[in-house]
Amino acid sequence: MKKFLKASALAASVFAIASAAQADEEADLVVNGEIEITVRTSAPEHVDGLRDIYSGWVFRSDETQAMQMDDFDNPGMIFVEEAIEAFNTVEGSEGNSCASCHDTPENLAGARATHPKWNDNAEEIRTLGMQINGCRTEQMGAEPWAADKGDMLAMEALLASVSRGMPVNVQIDGPAEAAYELGRELYYTRTGQLDLSCASCHEQNYGNYIRADHLSQGQINGFPTYRLKNAKLNGVQSRFRGCVRDTRAETYAVNSPEFIALELYVASRGNGLSVEGPSVRN
Amino acid sequence: MKQMFLTAAVLACATVAKAEVVAPGDVQFGEYGAIEASLSGVPGNADSGLEIMVTRGKGNCIACHAVSALEDYPFHGEVGPSLDGVGARWSEAELRGLVANAKMTFDGTVMPAFYQTTGFNRPGNAFTGKAAEGELDPLLTAQEIEDVVAYLMTLNEY
Repeated sequence: MKKFLKASALAASVFAIASAAQADEEADLVVNGEIEITVRTSAPEHVDGLRDIYSGWVFRSDETQAMQMDDFDNPGMIFVEEAIEAFNTVEGSEGNSCASCHDTPENLAGARATHPKWNDNAEEIRTLGMQINGCRTEQMGAEPWAADKGDMLAMEALLASVSRGMPVNVQIDGPAEAAYELGRELYYTRTGQLDLSCASCHEQNYGNYIRADHLSQGQINGFPTYRLKNAKLNGVQSRFRGCVRDTRAETYAVNSPEFIALELYVASRGNGLSVEGPSVRN
Repeated sequence: MKQMFLTAAVLACATVAKAEVVAPGDVQFGEYGAIEASLSGVPGNADSGLEIMVTRGKGNCIACHAVSALEDYPFHGEVGPSLDGVGARWSEAELRGLVANAKMTFDGTVMPAFYQTTGFNRPGNAFTGKAAEGELDPLLTAQEIEDVVAYLMTLNEY
């Protein structure tokens, strides 16, 4: 009898774990059983078109959701491991590594949450990738990394991972205002022969299916994101390119003033959601 | 002989009429967005219309619209309304207008215009992400629009 009870308790706990894996739009995300991720909250005041904001995670299938709940199941974490090595590797003419100034990646917790961000010295809005390259060229005397490619995305994934659970908090006023306004205009501008804006799908139709795709709000708090579709990390602006291309439009280039502004604006629509990169998506 | 001449003349006229395709820029929309005249001059083929409805790279209408009669074809979208019964609630002219350019009926709709070639912001070269070269082709040809309309007219049950 005791044995039977033990077995059924075990069965019950297995069942509970299985149920947790069967996540849905109402599910909550806790990574590694300890990092609580805000995947839904009230929309920031400056976003007129939404009452609540949702991480793309809530729109994904149970299986995809589950992959992000444990770092051992998250393929994006492989790249984080690679970036830890890069973080500690001296490169360039100045004899510096990232660690020379920042000691550990954890000291950069919060950086992901506030970028894109105005940089006073450079007098420009910098994405996290631009800031990483700023460090490489200005502090290390090293070559810049190509935007949205392997080394850069891995380092962005590392910096995102140490910010996980922190609320996205991108500044939209003061020196960021011009970029915010441009980004906002681009978000609502319809492009291409299909004549669609970001808002057409991600504000007006999130939650709806378009053929087999479940439309999300297009929040970017989970970037860089590991996509099962192409089995690698993907950058935000490359995703923008894909979306604009799919409207049968001429896209903007990665790191063009337009896409930097759009990244700042779209990031700010997610102010209040948690940083959750590297996320897992389809 | 006179009879034969007349027959030949009628045939010639018919042939000309058949080739009379209305260019995208010449389409006459009514006040509420309907198009009375056929775009191709040739009656639509509903079977061909069905294929266009379900094919990615053609109409792919079910990407956004559910159609009960097409349940054998997987993954219908939810962005637009169900098309069940459209043949009963819209006239052929209204459906032609909706497929060709739904914005003439519903201002601001997200539905793309399938028979429009100008007036776009940053038009691209199909799905390459590069700028369009020269004039755009409409998303569907005049005859393909007529075929889709013919299929939609068969959807008269809810």
